Parts: sequence; structure tokens; C-alpha cells
Amino acid sequence: MKSLAHLVQMANQIAAFHAALPDHTEAVNGVAAHLRRFWEPRMRATLLDHLDDPACAALHPLVREAIDTHADDLRPAPR
Amino acid sequence: MTAIHEIDFGTPASESTTMVSLTIDGIPVTVPAGTSLMRAAAEAGIAVPKLCATDSLKAFGSCRLCLVQVDGRRGFPASCTTPAEQGMTVHTQNGKLAELRRGVMELYISDHPLDCLTCAANGDCELQDMAGAVGLREVRYGYEGANHLKAEKDTSNPYFTFDPAKCIVCSRCVRACEEIQGTFALTIDGRGFQSVVSPGQLEAFMESECVSCGACVQACPTATLMDNSVIAAGTPDRAVVTTCAYCGVGCAFKAELRGSELVRMTPYKDGKANHGHSCVKGRFAWGYATHKDRITTPMIRKSIQDPWKEVSWEEAIAYAAAEFKRLQGQYGRASVGAITSSRCSNEETYLVQKLVRAAFGNNNVDTCARVCHSPTGYGLKQTLGESAGTQDFDSIRATDVMFVIGANPTDGHPVFGSAMKRRLREGARLIVADPRTIDLVRTPHVEAAYHLKLRPGTNVALLTALAHVIVTEGLVAETFVRERCEGPSFAQWREFVARPEHSPEATEAVTGVPAAELRGAARLFATGGNAAIYYGLGVTEHSQGSTSVMAIANLAMATGNIGREGVGVNPLRGQNNVQGSCDMGSFPHELPGYRHVLDEGPRALFGQAWGVELEPEPGLRIPNMFDAALEGSFKGLYLEGEDIAQSDPNTQHVTAALEAMECIVVQDLFLNETAKFAHVFLPGSSFLEKDGTFTNAERRISRVRKVMPPLAGKEDWQVTMDLSNALGYPMHYAHPSEIMDEIARLTPTFHGVSYDRIDELGSIQWPCNDEHPTGTPVMHQQEFVRGKGRFMLTEYVATEERVNSRFPLILTTGRILSQYNVGAQTRRTANVEWHEEDRLEIHPHDAEDRGIKDGDWVGIVSRAGETTLRARVTERVQPGVVYTTFHHPESGANVITTENSDWATNCPEYKVTAVQVTPVFGTSEWQARFRQFTKEQLSLLAQAHWESRP
Ligand code: SF4
Ligand code: SF4
Ligand code: SF4
Ligand code: FES
Repeated sequence: MKSLAHLVQMANQIAAFHAALPDHTEAVNGVAAHLRRFWEPRMRATLLDHLDDPACAALHPLVREAIDTHADDLRPAPR
Repeated sequence: MTAIHEIDFGTPASESTTMVSLTIDGIPVTVPAGTSLMRAAAEAGIAVPKLCATDSLKAFGSCRLCLVQVDGRRGFPASCTTPAEQGMTVHTQNGKLAELRRGVMELYISDHPLDCLTCAANGDCELQDMAGAVGLREVRYGYEGANHLKAEKDTSNPYFTFDPAKCIVCSRCVRACEEIQGTFALTIDGRGFQSVVSPGQLEAFMESECVSCGACVQACPTATLMDNSVIAAGTPDRAVVTTCAYCGVGCAFKAELRGSELVRMTPYKDGKANHGHSCVKGRFAWGYATHKDRITTPMIRKSIQDPWKEVSWEEAIAYAAAEFKRLQGQYGRASVGAITSSRCSNEETYLVQKLVRAAFGNNNVDTCARVCHSPTGYGLKQTLGESAGTQDFDSIRATDVMFVIGANPTDGHPVFGSAMKRRLREGARLIVADPRTIDLVRTPHVEAAYHLKLRPGTNVALLTALAHVIVTEGLVAETFVRERCEGPSFAQWREFVARPEHSPEATEAVTGVPAAELRGAARLFATGGNAAIYYGLGVTEHSQGSTSVMAIANLAMATGNIGREGVGVNPLRGQNNVQGSCDMGSFPHELPGYRHVLDEGPRALFGQAWGVELEPEPGLRIPNMFDAALEGSFKGLYLEGEDIAQSDPNTQHVTAALEAMECIVVQDLFLNETAKFAHVFLPGSSFLEKDGTFTNAERRISRVRKVMPPLAGKEDWQVTMDLSNALGYPMHYAHPSEIMDEIARLTPTFHGVSYDRIDELGSIQWPCNDEHPTGTPVMHQQEFVRGKGRFMLTEYVATEERVNSRFPLILTTGRILSQYNVGAQTRRTANVEWHEEDRLEIHPHDAEDRGIKDGDWVGIVSRAGETTLRARVTERVQPGVVYTTFHHPESGANVITTENSDWATNCPEYKVTAVQVTPVFGTSEWQARFRQFTKEQLSLLAQAHWESRP
């Protein structure tokens, strides 16, 4: 899926910015908050639903951790 | 020369705070020290005759018409060059003075054609006025002596004519070009009787350095320099003050009319952004408004292969609404959205986002600021707490060091560029960071102290290295930082930037900027006095655009350059209403006033006011809309004034997304590139045809006033209102002022704004509320909007758009003075005489390597696509970098740009594309398809006109 690869690329860019933070928890929370506040539900759902897709192998560890620790918050409410 | 006379005080106002009192013609007057006698008299209501003086220029003292007498002094001093002094007694009228003035006038008139009755300036000519004022009744010298009456006209400029026969050699034009515009295109050639005004070296205007700003035309007291539109239509008889609809400077103009015909746009002296100056676009390029390509009847069609059908407004609106409802029924509430343009007014963008949130019931609304300054909003909010520039333009008058990065003000923001050049001529120092040698680097009497020629895409490395020098060399403004900024974030940042890997020596390999130069620039910035940063899209349109904006804010805070006049962080906004469209809640995650849709308070406030429950999730941003369209979940789009098919990156991706949608509604002046993919066309109205407000780069809200009725019968806000009503969400505003009243009610930074208040103050810089009843020229004075300033860590991350052997050059893009963005407006004016095509600038080395000569056609290939342009071989660009503008759709500049974008905002990385350039003979495949498609669509349009003929 082309858009999944694009989402992975965008998520990794967000992680790369936060990776500079010395406090790891702050970095993880920063990535999660950014996804929550700026990604439309479809984008978050696509990423969350395809974590096992090969395209997601390239996910930055900070993104994985952000998703793991904030999955409930990031999962869009059913509409 | 103006039809509606503003008072001309003769000389500029003095800024002194010491007052002096004197008597002029028996009237006591008190003025600031340094005021000329001429101006003091004018303040007392006494008009001293004058020719070479005008209050936009320094006094010159050449015509000798303004002589006065001062008690206790000998002779007849020129009142324009004589300063008022305490206790003076001045006489401006008596027999002797009258005789002297008549003598002077007689000489002028004896070398002036007496064809007043047929002259274009008749009734609007200072020479004529003065002849009357001094009571000239006879001219004793005949026309048989030597004169200039046969001098030839220069009609090379498409907008104004130079008729030297009428010139009185007052040199107002020469001085205007120097003092106001800063181009120095004009001189007085020769001496005495031989002297004539000369563009360049006795060249025609179009061959000279002239940039057609109109300052000389404005300053000329006679018909020597005259607008062609006035020559054609006659002098105007009424005027309406309004705001330029082109760039983010937001110049105020008087739209001057004769009956209902617009004959001239004259920059307004009282305009706080432009102080009576203008550029070629606002001043002259307004003919597009009545261009034959304007579409003034609504149209619909089922598919983009069908011919257009002209229909009534009611039918078009009903069709669009039914389609949106059908799509939402079939594909869900989130399957439709809207995009507005920063060319729209505040009221228009506010209404569109309200329609999306209240009538569509989602947050899928975005604006073209997405693709230009969205990183500014994000970066400044994070650091300073408000998504806006910190200063007013006039702040530059107190600036000692200007740091210009990723901006080209003399082309993109010309009137402010002139203000910058003026300050630089007064001695301010300049640091430019730009891969290309922009004009500002070296202009008459201005030379940058440093030009840091960085590689495109390395802004963050450069900015962090500047911070490194400031921190490690002890140049931090410690007291400011301690009192005004967050301690922990500063400590963390200080440690971060001080790391050896951020030193100029370490980053030189990445940025290409010699370490010694960068150190010099950092020292100058930190120690040179008031330092102000000006930046543009060369900062924001990168994968690290938001990071760069934060790095800029960090620099300003660390050196204490924020919160007072002369300093600050100043984003130069591209379009007229970039600031405003962002303020009005056009982003999918923010309600008006930058309040996040996730935050319950604001959501409830707007929900209550609008009588709906608002969606608590961010919507799709423009690039996300394209992705969702291609995935099949986004089906309908309402576009007001925005041409995504030309202006967004990776054209083929955009057009594929447009083709995948089922209902595209375009509201615009012309059948733009996007409209060729549309199903409903709603005719838009130009800025001359509607009421509203624009907010410029300095947060200044100015009125746009209706000058003529809308050609298609409706103003844009009315169309949006109709659409909303048809969708079942009622909107009932009688006038845009009511929309502004609603904005003011719901937005704390706008609480004090209303049309009445704007009329009263001329314009208002927000925040305007109880705390700041007249607005806020300089922000963050006592404290930052967010309380304490917050330093952010700015790690350089190289863009994924890298050069390699297949794509060895970096393409970067920019714009040119005479054209405006996608060019839909300026291409439909005589401005094309300056720029009829986009060209690819390439360095002589790179050109030679490839066997490319100036003017050759070259193919440009990137990972996204391919196009062709003609080459311009120039040392303006560095080896390894090529550059083009993007004003013509067939150039396909965005066929090459990629979908890479800023990490925080998805602002596209227009400024860095890896490409290869090769000589070619034919046009690219895309261009061939583009031409074919354009031909087809124009024929489908022609059929609409044909069908509806009676
Ligand atoms: S062109 Fe006009 S402004 Fe210039 S010297 Fe002649 S009369 Fe004066
Ligand atoms: S139009 Fe502007 S640039 Fe051209 S000569 Fe006049 S003042 Fe100078
Ligand atoms: S385009 Fe910009 S600088 Fe030129 S007149 Fe308009 S607002 Fe002023
Ligand atoms: S107006 Fe004073 S010398 Fe010309």
C-alpha cells in the first residue's frame, strides 16, 4: 500500500525530531501526542492496523513505543 | 498626482520630540524641531507654492518657488529646506515674494507645452496649479528660443509613458527612485538647460534597471510620467481606499475611478504597511479583474469528459449541495472537505471553515498556507506561544542587523524590500543565508556583510551552528533569558547546541558554509545591536521547516532580540492573507484563533455559538486529502480560490487524486488548472468586487472595500452562505461586517475588532482587545504569549531527497517580482513583458559539463516526474544547484517536486528536489499531455458558451 509507506515515512520524521530529547519518556510522549493531535483518524487507524505489514518494519523505534504505550488514545473512536 | 487630494505637507514629518513655536503669516504654530517652514505652514493651513518638494521625499531646494521671508534674516530662504526655529516670524505672502515666484514660474512655463486642455493631467497637475497659485498671467519669453518641446516620448513601459517635453527637471522622480524604491534607475543627465531625466544611460525605461514600481510616476508633479490608463480613460473623479490582493505586505491603495471604471490604483499615503509606496503588481497589474477569461456564469457537468453547461446560481448551488450530501450518505461524513486560499478574505475563509465544521460535520478544511507557512504557525506557537510574526514593518527603522534567511524580499515583498534597503543605506548591517545570490546581497549602496551560501536543505544545521557560536563564545543575553525564558528548556538547549558536532567547523561539510564566515555572522548577529530575523519559504518549505522556525525563535530568544522595536522574528508571508487565513481556523486541527479541536473549552464555545456538536478529531490536511482520495475514502472537495493542480507538489499525484474524486466544486475567477478537473464551477469575485478584510504579515487587519459590483452577481462570501443553506445549515449574514463581529465575539485576540473600529484606526494589528484597544504592533513585550519562552532542540536531519549519480543536482524554487504565485492573475496582465516564461537557472560549470548554452531547452527529471524549460546560465546559483520560478502552468515545475514534507505540518519540501538536467529537443511527455488536456478542456468550456447562446 503506497499510503502506508508514506505514513511510515511521516511517522519516522516525527520520531527523528523527538529523538533529540534527552528524556526518553518525553520523546515517546511527544511522538504520541503529535500523532494524536495532527493525524486524522484514518491515518492513525491505517498505521495501527498494519503494524505487522512489511512496510512497518522500517518504523522508528520511538514510533513503535509511542503506539505501544498510547494505543488506546491513538485508536480512533468508532464512528 | 492623485485625484482625491491628500494634503501634501511638502517635506516629511520630523520625528523630534522637542517642540518649537513660531508665527507664520500671523498664525502661531508649534511643530517638532527639524520641521521645515513649508511643513509648519501647511500644518497651519497655509499652502506655500512648491514644485520640487513633496512630503514623501527629503527636501531638495531646487525650484525656488517656495521662497519666504523671515524677520531679522536677509534674503528669501526656500521654505522647504529651512527648518522652523523657536520664535521665528515668517511671511509666506507679500508683493516681493509674489513677484519672485511669478518670475520662476514664467521660466518653467516658457519651456512647457501649453496644451493643458488636451493634456492627460489636466486638472491634476501641480505645474498648472502653481501657475494659478502665483497668479501667472503672461509669459514674456516666446517659444522661438531653444526648448525641449520636441523631445520624444518613451512608451516602452506597458503601464506608463514618459513625455520629456513636459518635464520641469524637478528631479522628484529621480529622488523617488532612490529614496523610496532604492533602485537608482534614474539620473539627471547633463547640466543646466541640457539636463534631462534619464533612465539608466539614456536608455528606454524597459531597458533600464527600472522595476516599474510607479514611485516616480507618483512623485511627478506634471504629466511627464503618467499612467497609460489615465491617458486612455481620463483623470479619475472618485476613489475608494482598499488593500492590495497580491502579497503579504498588504499595501493600502486608493482605487481611483471615473464613473464605474477603474482607472488607477494609487498607493495610499496613510497606509501603515506601505506609507504611499507600491510595486508593479499592486500598482499596475489589476487588469486581470476584467480580463475576457473571467467566467461569470455558474456551470456544472457530470463528468470531466462532459462539456460544461451554464446554469443559474440556484441550480449550481443545489447541484453541488446534493452531490456533497450524496457522497456523505454513501461514503461517510468524512468523505468530503474544503480548501481555501490565502487570497480569500478573513470573512470568506471563516465561512468556509464554518461550513465544513457545521454543515459537513467534520474538520476536513485546509488552506494553502499548508504549503507555505504552516511550519511558522507550528514553530512559533511551540516556542513563543503565538502563531504570528512578532513585529510591525516599521520596526525595521530601529534595526541594526538584519538576518534574512530563505526570503527574497525585493522580489517577493517588494515594498518591504524597499524599506529594508532604505535602512541598510542608513547603515544597518545585513546577513543573508541563501543558496542563491538574491538581489538584496548587492544593490545600489547596499552590500551584505555576510552571504552564507548554504546548500538547500541544510537550514537547521546552519541555524544550530549559529547558536553554537553564540553559546560557546559567551554571547547569550543571560539576563533576558533568565527573566523571560524557561530555565530547564534553556539549560537543555545550551548543552545541546554547545556540542562539538554543532560547531561551524563540524557542520561546514554539510552546509557548505565556511566556518569562519559563519562565526563572523553569529558574532555580528549577537553583538551588532538590534537584530531582527526575516524569513520566508526558503525556511518553511523543507522536511525540517518547523524545526528551522524553532531554531530561528531560539536564536532570537538567546540573544534577547525579541519584545521591542527593531528586533524580532518576522515571517514574510507570501500571499495577501496567509496570516488571516490561518487566524480564521482554516487548519484541520484548529478552530479560529489557533484553538485545537481536541480542547474541549473552545470546541464547546464554537459548538454552542454555531448550534452544532463539533467533531473532536483533527481533519485531513491537503496532502492527506490526496492520499485519502487515492485510497477511495475521500470523494468531494470544495475549493475556494485555490489551484492545487498547479501549486501543489507532484502534479501527477494531485491530478490522479482529483480524477479519483466524484465531486469537485471550484469557486474561482478563471478556469484554473484544478477547474479542468471540476464538476461544478462557481464564479468568484475579485478583490475589487467585494467587502472584507485581509491580515498582512505584520498581523495588520485592513479593509478590502467594494469598488465595483461583482461581475457574476455574487460576492464570494454570499456563495459560501448559499451553499451552506442548501446543505441544510443556515447562515444569514447581511454584510461581511457581521461575519467579523462573530469572529470578534468568539476569538479573544480579535475581541476589539470591528469594521467601525478599523475605519476609525485605518487598520488594526491583532491582538486587539480590552488589554490592547488599538492593537499590538510589537508582541511579547512584557512576557511571551505562552508565559516563558521555550527553547526547542533542533537536531539536523538530512532530507530523504538526496542527490546521487542519477539525480546529481538540487532543484530549488522561488518567485519573481512581476509574477504572483501560479500567475493566474499576473499572467493576464502586461506583467508578462517582464517574465513571459519560467527558466531554469544553472551554474556555468554545470551547464558546460552538460553541453548546455544559455537559452537552450533542457529536460529536468526527478524521482517524481519530468519537464522541460529553457536554461539561463548564471552564477547567481552555485554549482550543484539549479533554480526555477513556478508562475506558468505549462512549465510543470511541480511535476518534478516530490511529496516529501515537513515532519510536523506536511508543508511540502518544494525547496529541495534531486534532479538531473540534460539538453533536449522536444517537450516532455507530461507537457504534451498537459497541452492536449488543456485543449480538450477549453473546448468543453467553449461548448458551454456555445450551448447557452440564445
Ligand atoms: S519627470 Fe516629472 S518628476 Fe521627473 S524631473 Fe520631470 S517633472 Fe520632475
Ligand atoms: S518605476 Fe520605480 S524603479 Fe522604475 S524608474 Fe520609477 S521609481 Fe525607479
Ligand atoms: S504586491 Fe505586495 S508589495 Fe506589491 S503593492 Fe501589493 S501588497 Fe504591496
Ligand atoms: S519647493 Fe522648495 S525649492 Fe522647490
